[in-house]
Amino acid sequence: MGSYILRRILQSLLILLGISFLTFVLLYLIPADPARQIAGRSATAQTVENIREQLGLNLPFYQQYFRYLTGLLQGDLGRSYLQKTEVGALIVSRLPATLLLMLGAIVCELIIGLTMGIVAALRRNTAADTSLMVLSFVGVSSPQFVIGILLLYIFAVQLGWFPIGGYGTFQHMVLPSLTLGFLGAGWYSRMMRSSMIDVLRQDFIRTARAKGLKRTQVLFGHALPNALLPIIAMIGIDIGLFMSGIVVVESVFGWPGIGQLAWQAIQRVDIPIIMGVTLVSAFAIVLGNFIADLIAPFIDPRIKLR
Amino acid sequence: MKRALLAGAAALLAATALTPAQADDIKQGGTMVVTYKDDVSTLDPAIGYDWQNWSMIKSLFDGLMDYEPGTTNLMNDLAEDYTISDDGTVFTFKLREGVKFHNGREMTADDVKYSLERVTNPKTQSPGAGFFGSIKGFDAMAAGDTETLEGVTVVDPYTVKIELSRPDATFLHVMAINFSSVVPKEAVEEWGADFGKHPVGTGAYSLDEWTLGQRLVFNRNEDYWRAGVPKLDQITFEVGQEPIVALLRLQRGEADIPGDGIPPAKFLEVTKDPQYKDLIIEGGQLHTGYVTMNVKMPPFDKLEVRKAVNMAINKDRIVRIINGRAVPANQPLPPTMPGYDNNYTGYPYDPDGAKELLAEAGLADGFQTELYVYNTDPNPRIAQSIQADLAAIGIKAEIKALAQANVIAAGGEPDQAPMIWSGGMAWIADFPDPSNFYGPILGCAGAVKGGWNWSWYCNEELDKQATAADSMTDPAQKAEREEAWRKIFISVMDDAAWAPVFHEQRFTMRSERLGGPDAIFVDPVHIPVNYDYVWAKDVQ
Amino acid sequence: MSEAALHPETAGMPERTVLQRLLRRKLALFALFLIAVIVLAAVFAPLVAPYDPSEQFFEGLTLEGAPLPPGPDFWLGTDLLGRDLLSRLIYGARTSLIIGVVANGIAVAVGAFVGILAGFFRGWVETVLMRFTDLMMAFPALLLAITLAALFRPSLWIVAMVIAMVNWVQMARVVYTETRSLSEREFIAAERSMGAGTLRILFRHILPHLLSSIVVFGTLGISTTVLLEATLSYLGIGVQPPTPSWGNIIYENQTYFTSAPWLVFFPGAAIIALALGFNLLGDALREVLDPTQKGRS
Repeated sequence: MGSYILRRILQSLLILLGISFLTFVLLYLIPADPARQIAGRSATAQTVENIREQLGLNLPFYQQYFRYLTGLLQGDLGRSYLQKTEVGALIVSRLPATLLLMLGAIVCELIIGLTMGIVAALRRNTAADTSLMVLSFVGVSSPQFVIGILLLYIFAVQLGWFPIGGYGTFQHMVLPSLTLGFLGAGWYSRMMRSSMIDVLRQDFIRTARAKGLKRTQVLFGHALPNALLPIIAMIGIDIGLFMSGIVVVESVFGWPGIGQLAWQAIQRVDIPIIMGVTLVSAFAIVLGNFIADLIAPFIDPRIKLR
Repeated sequence: MKRALLAGAAALLAATALTPAQADDIKQGGTMVVTYKDDVSTLDPAIGYDWQNWSMIKSLFDGLMDYEPGTTNLMNDLAEDYTISDDGTVFTFKLREGVKFHNGREMTADDVKYSLERVTNPKTQSPGAGFFGSIKGFDAMAAGDTETLEGVTVVDPYTVKIELSRPDATFLHVMAINFSSVVPKEAVEEWGADFGKHPVGTGAYSLDEWTLGQRLVFNRNEDYWRAGVPKLDQITFEVGQEPIVALLRLQRGEADIPGDGIPPAKFLEVTKDPQYKDLIIEGGQLHTGYVTMNVKMPPFDKLEVRKAVNMAINKDRIVRIINGRAVPANQPLPPTMPGYDNNYTGYPYDPDGAKELLAEAGLADGFQTELYVYNTDPNPRIAQSIQADLAAIGIKAEIKALAQANVIAAGGEPDQAPMIWSGGMAWIADFPDPSNFYGPILGCAGAVKGGWNWSWYCNEELDKQATAADSMTDPAQKAEREEAWRKIFISVMDDAAWAPVFHEQRFTMRSERLGGPDAIFVDPVHIPVNYDYVWAKDVQ
Repeated sequence: MSEAALHPETAGMPERTVLQRLLRRKLALFALFLIAVIVLAAVFAPLVAPYDPSEQFFEGLTLEGAPLPPGPDFWLGTDLLGRDLLSRLIYGARTSLIIGVVANGIAVAVGAFVGILAGFFRGWVETVLMRFTDLMMAFPALLLAITLAALFRPSLWIVAMVIAMVNWVQMARVVYTETRSLSEREFIAAERSMGAGTLRILFRHILPHLLSSIVVFGTLGISTTVLLEATLSYLGIGVQPPTPSWGNIIYENQTYFTSAPWLVFFPGAAIIALALGFNLLGDALREVLDPTQKGRS
């Protein structure tokens, strides 16, 4: 077990290194000059050149990358080109908002998805089952910005039940969490349904019923915990989908998290911020996968650590 | 056009009604809430260069010169008085005594010298360094050979002498721009690159709190040297609020000014609502939106083609698409800028005439080209309207909507962008002087790789005239200088390097409880609002 | 012995083709219907659309420049430039389908290629390719797509290429796992020992088994591609106006959604319909082609 963990940590570090390199290459290739962007309109060519020197943009590629890497190892993510603020500080100040949003999304996903899945499994092959499953499919087929704008319009603008975007109270969290979690709810409801159906078919359920246990007891005491196992293993993978989703959802709702930060930075080609957010997101994805893989064998003994 | 002139005239009239001394009979006190979508990038006067932090920096810092509120007229700020030598190259400023920084220390001439050296030093990476190019010793500083400006001398603790290497009629404007703000050395050295988040100046307000991504709070500077200013005790800037949310909050009484303006979706609804009539203020901006044509890329090297483009664009329709928030333009300068030619009519909207011109140039069948545009709303829409207009005369323009940085990069290359719609990056004057509209965007100095003269238009004769105009430093020659600039810009139009399309109008909405002359809410220099002169009706 | 005796569980059940089994499922029929409507609209766009999608009508906007709601002249209303929304939606189907098919086709081809190489040849080829796949999977997809898009001047084909570069990973993984397990099976070893060439083994024995997975994930992939294109266009870096794409219609008009919500809802519904169609179809295909496969729903 220990050697497995060690191997995985090493792999993860290599992956992060690879991502940092890949991102750096891509950003280096973008045909926009950060120095010119910073220097603004009235700058002389000399000023632009000075700024370029200051930022080390005249150095050959590998030297720039090396400089970045050494900074990274010391915990320095660099400074935003346009704001001069430390990237680390910017990300840290916005991370809580994103984490909160992700937590809200996971809660929504689980509550909605699991309920739909259980009901569908219990009412298998009825109209309720079909309509719930179609709804799940809709969840998986909807672009998040459409859901977001739809929810905003109906519940915030027209009905006024929730604030129109922004951050601060519980009410502010509801619509963005629903939007981010809608996709996952679709996944989970279908997984839960098939998982429940499989479990309900099993011998031990029949035994429990034969023993005379009440239906709800069988359901919640025996079927559900077993059906949940594969689901729990999947939550870690969700992080990957979230990292993509937050860019759009935070933009639609004006949520001050790292997704909004990334989008603004991309529009201004503020490279240090883009690098920082990409690395943080990749780290989260790798961590999520790692934890999911780690938990899996405890949940399903048939799965062996690879 | 007429509307803008009226608005400008009204603003001037209103402003003359308010002079700093008269503000005495208005009681001091109260607070204000201003909302913005984006967090403020920086409050370092040497770095800050966007429309959001421009007037915030003006409220936190002072420079030697400033402008009368709501106008484009220069007035003394930290400089109590100044003298100019006969040849116009030596300025001697007498500083006010007893001006204190927010940290308690008195401001002296050493601080002025320090501030000017800081902003021109390449290590600071200031985008405004280039404005000080006329100061003696600037070239050595820019090259990194020295860390002091030869031309700035501290004569005594309250007198600064600045020598220029050439006569510069815009110099007083340069002394009023944010980049010339006076900063205390010890605070800069304490915070280093984070000075932008912990600004210390001599201004009417000081920064009390900044919670990243959420809120900034300005407190009144009780030791401010100008009597009766500011009127408010506190301003809270709340960031992260969408314009639609901001408007709703204003309507509910929770916010006082939506900093990003009235959102387009609500604009028609709100401007037609009688209850908001007095709360919406319209003002002209020193802004022009234009299409550049790269004279180095055929067929835009042909004058007839450029004139045809000018005649093909339906400016009224574009103004309609943006809900009337602009006035059509026929020349590079905006109406409120000195040097604007009221009698010039420019090129008429005449698609048939345009087609004839194209035929004259041998392009009767039209041609294919590209139109670059910044990809935030409403610019792609405007570009599509222009595209339709061009298609009507046979020019098939493919739209390339890119991030701002990418458009800037393409424009700075001589062979990449045949046409660029300047919206979103359109020229707003750094200071209210016509030369600011020429140098970087129409002069030969800007027609270089990485420059901002995206037409790559280089007319050496006009450059000479421009330099001559800027050498008329004698205030008595003001009218003559304006006439010279007027001629220069008309010549630019004769060469049709640009197709000016519109001048944006500023619309600011304020809550009922704020007082102050209309002009300060659409201040042409303290963009968007002159915070120093706003007062609260509920404490009167 | 008769067939029935050899396969007692199928005795009495008539043989059905894949298509027949597919068509028996109601959801699959619904999916095919959705897809057919959209495909027909795209193919016959010039005949079906009431107006030219690029024409900016003077009467398409109110005097102050506001768009028109659905009405007799413009059935679904107009957009912010006075263009007919219905016509733009119909032509937008072309964009979505072209990118869906092209981008996804490239992603499937590349992914399958990588997966087969890694799963069959093993060794260092496997390690390198699969580590690279892991790397790409750890990259947040949207951020990668946005960064790639920033490298190029936008155009329809660039968008397709960018999406393909992001989406090939899932296919690669699936094909790899299957190829690996297939190539470990005895009959492959048997073939090898008989001296069968690599290409022969690949084409005659491995590929046919992979086909069902490729079809299933390929179909599901069209849905992912449609969604990604819509998102990129919504952010302003996908398909460029005036070429209509359902995503860029929302992008252009979203600032008006409080007063003109139809400009967001109609294109949004179209996107959902297309993605839903391919998702349902892919899922039905999965059930039909390999009923024992559970995997990730």
